[in-house]
Amino acid sequence: MIINKKNIEDLSKNFSESGGIKGRSLWYDARTRFLKNKAAVTSLIILSIILLFAFLGPLFAQWSNEEIDWTILGDISTLGMPSFNTGHFFGTDELGRDLYSRVIQGTKISLMVGVVGALIAVFVGTLYGAIAGYFGGRIDTIMMRIVDILMSIPYMFVLILLLVIFGRSIFMLFVGIGLISWLDMSRIVRGQTLSIKKKEFIEAAVATGVGNFTIILRHIIPNLLGVVAVYATLLVPGMILTESFISFLGLGIQEPNTSWGALISEGAKTMRYGTLWQLLFPLFFFVVSLFSLFFIGDGLRDALDPKDR
Amino acid sequence: MKKILTLISACVFGSFLSTSLYAANHPVTGEKLSADQTFTYWHGDEHSSQDPQIVEDTYGANIVRDLFEGLLSQDAEGNLVPGVAESWSANDAKDVYTFNLRKNAKWSNGDPVTAYDFVYGWQRAVDPATASPYSWYMDIMSIKNGGEAINGDVPPSELGVKAIDDYTFQVELTASLPYFASMTTHGTTFPTHQATIEKYGSDWTKPENIVSNGAYVLTEHVLNERVVRERNPLYWNNADTIIEKVVTLVIPDESTGLIRYLAGELDQGPVPPGQFKKLKAEYPDQATSFPRLCNYYYTFNLSDSGIEAFQDVRVRKAMSYAIDRNVITEDILQAGQIPAYTFTPGATAGFDTPSVAFSKMTQAERDAKAVELMDAAGYGKDNPLSFTMVYNTSEGHKQIATVMSQMWKQKLGINATMENMEWKTFLDVRGKQDFEIARGAWCGDYNEASTFLDLLTTPSGYNDGKFSNAAVDQLMSEAKTLADASSNYTTIERILAAEMPVIPIYHYAGVFMLNPQLKGWPYDNVEQNWYSRNFYKVAE
Amino acid sequence: MIIYILKRLSVALPTILILIIISFLLMHSAPGGPFTSEKPLPEQVLKNINAKYGLDQPIYNQMFNYVWGIITEFDFGPSFRYKDRTVNDIIAQGFPVTLKYGTWSFILAVLFGTSLGIIAAIRQNTFLDYLAVGFSISAQVLPNFVMAPILVLIFTLYLGWLPGGGWEGGQIQFVIMPVIALSTSYLASIARLTRSSMLEVLNSNFIRTAKAKGLPQYKIVFYHALKPTLLPVISYLGPAFVGMITGSVVIDMYFSTGGIGVLFVNGALNRDYSTIMGITILVGCLTITFNLLVDILYAWIDPKIRY
Repeated sequence: MIINKKNIEDLSKNFSESGGIKGRSLWYDARTRFLKNKAAVTSLIILSIILLFAFLGPLFAQWSNEEIDWTILGDISTLGMPSFNTGHFFGTDELGRDLYSRVIQGTKISLMVGVVGALIAVFVGTLYGAIAGYFGGRIDTIMMRIVDILMSIPYMFVLILLLVIFGRSIFMLFVGIGLISWLDMSRIVRGQTLSIKKKEFIEAAVATGVGNFTIILRHIIPNLLGVVAVYATLLVPGMILTESFISFLGLGIQEPNTSWGALISEGAKTMRYGTLWQLLFPLFFFVVSLFSLFFIGDGLRDALDPKDR
Repeated sequence: MKKILTLISACVFGSFLSTSLYAANHPVTGEKLSADQTFTYWHGDEHSSQDPQIVEDTYGANIVRDLFEGLLSQDAEGNLVPGVAESWSANDAKDVYTFNLRKNAKWSNGDPVTAYDFVYGWQRAVDPATASPYSWYMDIMSIKNGGEAINGDVPPSELGVKAIDDYTFQVELTASLPYFASMTTHGTTFPTHQATIEKYGSDWTKPENIVSNGAYVLTEHVLNERVVRERNPLYWNNADTIIEKVVTLVIPDESTGLIRYLAGELDQGPVPPGQFKKLKAEYPDQATSFPRLCNYYYTFNLSDSGIEAFQDVRVRKAMSYAIDRNVITEDILQAGQIPAYTFTPGATAGFDTPSVAFSKMTQAERDAKAVELMDAAGYGKDNPLSFTMVYNTSEGHKQIATVMSQMWKQKLGINATMENMEWKTFLDVRGKQDFEIARGAWCGDYNEASTFLDLLTTPSGYNDGKFSNAAVDQLMSEAKTLADASSNYTTIERILAAEMPVIPIYHYAGVFMLNPQLKGWPYDNVEQNWYSRNFYKVAE
Repeated sequence: MIIYILKRLSVALPTILILIIISFLLMHSAPGGPFTSEKPLPEQVLKNINAKYGLDQPIYNQMFNYVWGIITEFDFGPSFRYKDRTVNDIIAQGFPVTLKYGTWSFILAVLFGTSLGIIAAIRQNTFLDYLAVGFSISAQVLPNFVMAPILVLIFTLYLGWLPGGGWEGGQIQFVIMPVIALSTSYLASIARLTRSSMLEVLNSNFIRTAKAKGLPQYKIVFYHALKPTLLPVISYLGPAFVGMITGSVVIDMYFSTGGIGVLFVNGALNRDYSTIMGITILVGCLTITFNLLVDILYAWIDPKIRY
């Protein structure tokens, strides 16, 4: 998982150059540019369809995500195939549960986990970066040194340790993951805060005696939203990939609930035994959604970056 | 580099040797032997140690049995056969045992194996400085001063073992123990070479240092990858050993293990859950299944930290009756596991599976009875029972938990929330009674019903459900002194069926893929103590 | 420059210390301990074992002793799980394995990734470009735990070309599949990064000037555009290398290569405190060193940067 840091930094430079004041025209331009980007627009449409599927799909389901079809249990590779007759549109999993319903349910969980993790990272990163940038001086130095230090910690290993501790609750886990994914965010936000804070409207606020934290929350953070939005879009697929890795280790979401990662890793285990649909359906949704998220993220970044290519 | 060359030349030389010697027939059965006598098999995880006094897992025990030899061994049926001891005797009170050692047993460095090596090994096992995780085994062997030495109250040298002379080893017990001799097949009681251990400390088990007395010597050990052991020419019964080289491959993923078996890299490989039936159809002579001495159950938490509903025996019985065990064994596991209605597996020696109240009913009758009991207890679809069931992370456990929760939901309207945990967390939670209903499984330490039923007595440290029944405790303590305790065990099983402190699900089967060329696997040894030196490979 | 390096190194020490404290506390707050087992040990036996491994002491003492052992004797202690091995032994065995397939993956990813990216950029909006972009995004989103079994299925079971796992001292046939499985997603990332960076450079004024002067394309690409193109790629190399070392978790599980990935996961699951600490410290040091190297390389290539 890679987020093109340099581009984000460019972007934040841009934001500070154009400044928050001209916000409206910036957003307007950005929208026009985004809509011109075919790949991004197509991706947005596909992602919307997947979202619609996740919410409307259950209306067509013949089985719930946890019901076992006892009649086919014991011979999944022939009776559990995708079929309209049995009502298992995507076939069943190894336990005779309807894969259509499970994929829908997994889609909801995976997207939710992605968004929750990204939101926490964004929230912490923005606040941290804004505080460091706004106060500057020694506070800034210390806070950023801490970020430097934390960045040298091997992420994957801390993640595995967190798993062992919070393995019982996927949401606690993602709070934990969010809490170690905010570092890049905080750097970018700090850089931008440094330039915003020199603007007249901030000086005016300081002069009229508005409190520091009010200034950060009311005036600085709203002007950071563009860069934050882009970064968040790029964090979501990263979170989804992380979740899939956790499911691979067998420590993800609790049954009977499932996620893309859990479904894919189950499917990958049985792909040799003539039940390939168990891998292909969830993998299709996973790959297509991540594709879309990547393109949307790229599109947003390009749109908010007036240096047109 | 030099070492590698030596190794290569040894291998080349070894294979010439084997070709010339064993392109022959098996001395007893007369089968034509294969030129290649390497046995390669699968382990799912790295073993804990190859030090006999330290090892604590089955994988490690497999290796230790090849490298070392204790007083006695087991044959293919699990009967006692001489090991280093040629013969043994006990006094009438059965509290002093004397073992006569063979004079031709040698360590791999040429030293003779003497009674002093056993004294050293046994003292080492109880020495608090060794901190052997199996030191308690010496305590349950009832050796004089065993417990005291572990506690540090007396020095290990006070342990009730002595070498009368170089070839006579004597053990003093604190109680009469008719089955004591059979306990000496366990790795903890194997001899170790004092000079080597004192010279190298904890490094003594490395291939370049280790001195052992078994049929094989350790030649290579790569953590998490492989363990190689090769024929020990100094082993006293070397002439009858056919397998030249034994290779353990560590492959954590079972599907990969199976692929590597099918690609011909392994002689024995794993069967991933649910795949046995298909493999059996495709490879009838390779897919193997036989009953094991292990049970699989769910235990109710009957202590104060459990939920109110489980104190009601009607609820417990209804939940047990509603589980269709045939679906689990035939449709999910599909590998010859046996549906369980008793706690003790039927394969246990001297235990006839008693017919208990619910084992003879049809599933429809059980389901009807379950609904009735649940109603009587005041639960039903309009007043559903809810609880959390915990199990440790594994594909197989997940499948069974899912099926059980669905059976409960559909038949009794129960809302069971599934919760999986990784192994150590699970053990922690279960050991602290921080659960409502939890998965459990137990493999017999020895082939007798008490190894299972002890679990459900009040003082047992393994009784995680905290079931306590005076009659069971009474019958179990009685059973210890009886020559034939089978009627006690039957009575206990009937009590368990009436009280239902645990829900027995099934009894294990040993399931794996085995190269049909490899002969001599001890299927009838229910503890599955196998020795590579008893195997051989026939020609194709 | 030297002052800069010294400054960076001075931060390294507290970083390692913080790493030790964090992982020590995380580890000890996990439920269960190294000697929790299915058949719980009798109290006295457990006490003996705890005494042997120093777990009977207060936690800050344990931490201090541990750090002291490392500083004075470079001794990372005995493994709690593989009882006849020390952590030094374990790392000495596992790390070269990871380093070998990690380095090969790294070389492969950098060489092919940058080439693919450059080709895609100079052939922008052609079929070749779409193919390259399509490949790199799908390779990036295909988890390596799906990729690994697919490789084994194809090359071991169907074609019978390669052994399905093992290491055997790192002979070539054992290295191929781990390297492919590990490098693909990084290769894809580098390709994407190179492509977008190259496009940006090709649109910049100095390249336009060069074009206007009528220089042949290969000259523009290799003499003028390549260096600035590679700058963002270089800053990605640090995280990529560390990612490959930690990515060995999946590789070791599928290919039984016995690297530090599987050691770490098993260590965490078995609560093998000393092994976890040892590997964390090792990877932490590697991360710091490699990030520093990358920064130096960056400064060397881009003379605009002054420290």
